[in-house]
Parts: sequence; structure tokens; C-alpha cells
Amino acid sequence: MTISILLKTTISILASLILAPILLGIINRVKAGFAGRVGQPLLQPYYDIFKLLKKGLVYSTTTSWIFRWGTLVSLAVIVCALLIVPCGPFPALISFKGDIFLLVYLMGVVRFITVISALDTGSSFEGMGSSREMFFSALAEPALLLALMGLAKVTDSFSLTSIANTLSATNWFNNGASLALLMGTLFIVLLSENARIPIDDPNTHLELTMIHEVMVLDHSGPDFAVINYISALKLWIFSAIIAPVLFPIHTNNIIADFSVWLSGMVLISIAVGIVESSMARLRLTVIPQFLLGATALAITAIVLTWIG
Amino acid sequence: MKVQLLLILVLLTNLKLLGSSRLGSSIRTVAIQGSLLGLLPLFIELDSLNWRVMTLAIGTVFLKGFVFANLLFRAINVANVNREVQPFAGYVSSLLYGIVALIVSFWLGQILNLGQLSYSPLIIPVSFFGIFSGLFLIVSRRRAISQVLGFLVLENGVFTFGAGIIKMTSLLVEIGILLDVFVAILVMGITVFRISQECDHIDTDKLITLKD
Repeated sequence: MTISILLKTTISILASLILAPILLGIINRVKAGFAGRVGQPLLQPYYDIFKLLKKGLVYSTTTSWIFRWGTLVSLAVIVCALLIVPCGPFPALISFKGDIFLLVYLMGVVRFITVISALDTGSSFEGMGSSREMFFSALAEPALLLALMGLAKVTDSFSLTSIANTLSATNWFNNGASLALLMGTLFIVLLSENARIPIDDPNTHLELTMIHEVMVLDHSGPDFAVINYISALKLWIFSAIIAPVLFPIHTNNIIADFSVWLSGMVLISIAVGIVESSMARLRLTVIPQFLLGATALAITAIVLTWIG
Repeated sequence: MKVQLLLILVLLTNLKLLGSSRLGSSIRTVAIQGSLLGLLPLFIELDSLNWRVMTLAIGTVFLKGFVFANLLFRAINVANVNREVQPFAGYVSSLLYGIVALIVSFWLGQILNLGQLSYSPLIIPVSFFGIFSGLFLIVSRRRAISQVLGFLVLENGVFTFGAGIIKMTSLLVEIGILLDVFVAILVMGITVFRISQECDHIDTDKLITLKD
């Protein structure tokens, strides 16, 4: 019994660590499809990471140990976050009442470390990016917290693993509207936290428009590979929270469950790709409004579960 | 369930109105809200449809979904404005107000428990939220058109309440209210047109400087 659980959690972590970058590949392929191009190979994010790992490191003379340790510490923290996020039918290694809050704060720690590394370079340009990143994520955080609390309210469970296990089609019958709103909120938070298009453009290199990208400009070689990998893991974690809401299906066959869950992950990536291809970036002044709208959706969802 | 869904959509259109600056899209949103509300009596009395409910639904969808939108679009074309500039309360604070109003509406819905009188527990919260949003739009926006929209949203809130307990009200009353609203929107449309003709703008806060 314990061995099978151990096996399952090991599979959960390994699957997350190995499969995460492919989501970025899927998004890129969808975008290329919309633009009428063939697009880069699906595994391009892996190639990029390996290519960067082979390169040398350049550190600016103004940076201190904070900059050098920053990437490694954020990698460690994001892997910690991975330990509490279930991988579909495979439970998370650590799961306890209230780990939804831990997840939100671990994400906060990653953001904090990225921001102080950016500030450590002493570039005013990166300072600007940091200030924007903090501003927008301060608005996205309540939306994320409220959405997770809404899911907890619908399923009556307070850990990510038990939320994923409890969600079922009956929840969609009883609280369909709430779940749809919560999914919308989580999707907006996903777009915002992963520097995706209506909030930030991952491809831009125009200084006035960059938010996330500008903070990692000074990272080179293996450091940049780690940064890329972290952003892939972040996208994976957020998708892994939404996927069980999208397909709350539990058969007794773990392989079937896992493939349903994986197709949910792929669908979310495709949705991100579609949003990126069909929408323009929002003006900076409109973004707070957009994120507050997401918070309003989450609150509406919670109020609806309360009444019905 | 369908009634719930309609009411939730109405609620979301209200939130959208609080956060959007484009007058054209606001007019469209109000039209959608009006049509949704027009369908509400149909869905409520789905198993006992009669000509009374049908007339009301068709009349409401026609007036609120098409006639009002046309009148207001004509007005913004004539006045040549397409967005709300510098409202008295910004969009972020409007949305914050919306969140608070939403919670208060649901709280009011809980204490004002009409029980068997209303068809869905959402009727009262949604109608209160419509009334609160409408009032807020009227006081917080600068353009006369936005204030007309606020009035319509307010009226939609009241209509939600009426539609929820339609068995009690007679057709005559409902048609009378619709006629009232129609005349009001017509008059307001003409007024907006006249203001834009006379003053070259439709900013209501500048009207206090008028002298005869």
C-alpha cells in the first residue's frame, strides 16, 4: 500500500519535472498555426534549455551574491511548490489542510526572489519591470487566493490533492456557474502570472512594454536556462490546478485518468495559444481593471456557492 | 437551472458595465442584459406558457434589446462621442464598488427572504445588484449617455424583481412600465441630441455653467 503511494507520488513529481516545458512548445505551435506558419518543433523549449546549459556565465560587476543565488533558490522554491500540486490522479507528495495557502505564498517567494535579483543588477530598466511585476501580481494574488478558496468551498476540502480528488461531475451540476467563474478567474491568473498576452507579451523586446522579460535580461547561460525552466514549471502548476476543474473525471483506471488529465493540460495550453493569437496586449492602465475583474468573478463565484 | 444561468449572466453584464469605458460596447451590453431579462419570464413559466407571458417577453426583448440600443446608438453618433472620459469614479473604484454592492445585495437577499414568492434565490440579489449598479452609473459618469444607460440598468433591476413575481402583477402594469421606459429613453435620447447640438458636448458636469 505505502509502496504504491510512494510510486504514485514519485511518478507525479517526475512527470511534472519532465513534461512541464512541453506546454510552452504547444503554445508556440498553436500561435504559429494561427499565424500560418509551421512553427518550431514541439520540443524546442527543451532544446533551448539544453543549449543554454552548455553556454558560459556572464555576471555584471554590479551584482552581488543575491543575483548569483537567486535563480537556484527560486528553482528550489518552485520545486517545493510542485510537491504539493497533484499531477492528475497521482497525488502530491505532501498534502495537508490549507496547502492552497502555502502554494500562493510559495509563488510569492519565487516572485520576490526574481524581483530582488532584478533589483540587484542596479539597472533602472529592470527596476521598472520589477515595480510593474509587483503591482500586477499584488492584484492577481487576491484573485488566485479567492479562486482557490472558492474551489475549497465547492468541494469542502482544503488541500489541492483532495480538491482534485473530490471534484466530480456532480459539482458541475450543482455549482456549474460557480465552477465556470472560478475557472475563468484561474485562467486569467494563469495568463497574468506567466506573463502571457493580455497582460504581458513573452516575445516583446520593446522596453516600454516588457514586464516579466525585462527582469531576467541580465541572466545568461545556465542561469537563463533555469529561468526558462522555472517559467515552464509555473505554467505547469497553474494548468495542473485548472485541469481537474475542467475534466473532473474519476474512473478506477489510473492510466485513463492520467490521459484525461493530460488532455486537459494540453487544452489549457491551446486556449492560452488561442488567446495570445487573437488578442492584443492590454494597455498598462487597463491591466489593474482586468485583474480586479478577475477578483470580482471569484467573489461572485463564492457568493453563488453560498446561496445555492 | 436555466433561470439561475440567465440571472448570473445578467449579474456579469452589470459588472462589465461598471468596468467598461466604451459607450458603444456599454450600449450593446445593456441591450444584451435587456434581452436576457426579456427571456426571463419565458423560462420561469416554461411549463405554463400563456399569451400574457409571451407578449411581455416579446415586447421586452424588442424594446430593450433593439429599440433602445438603436436610439442610443443614434444619439452617440449624432453627439460624436465614443467613450466615457474621466468619470467621477474611475473604473477600478467602480469595480470595487461593484464587489461591495454584490455582497450587500446577496446579504439583502438573505434577510429579505421572500421564500415561495420568488422563483429562484437569485432573483432578489440580482435585482438589488442591478439597482445599485444603475444608481452608481448615474452618479459616477460624466456623459449624459452613460447616465441614460445607468437609468436603464436601474430599471432592469426593478424589472428583474417584477419578473420574479410576475404572477402577482398584471400584464397591464408590466406593459405600462415598458411604455414608460420607452418614452423616458426617447425623451432622454432627444435631450442628449439637443444638448450636443447646443453645447457641442454631452458632459453633464459642464451644464451648471449655462446661463440663460
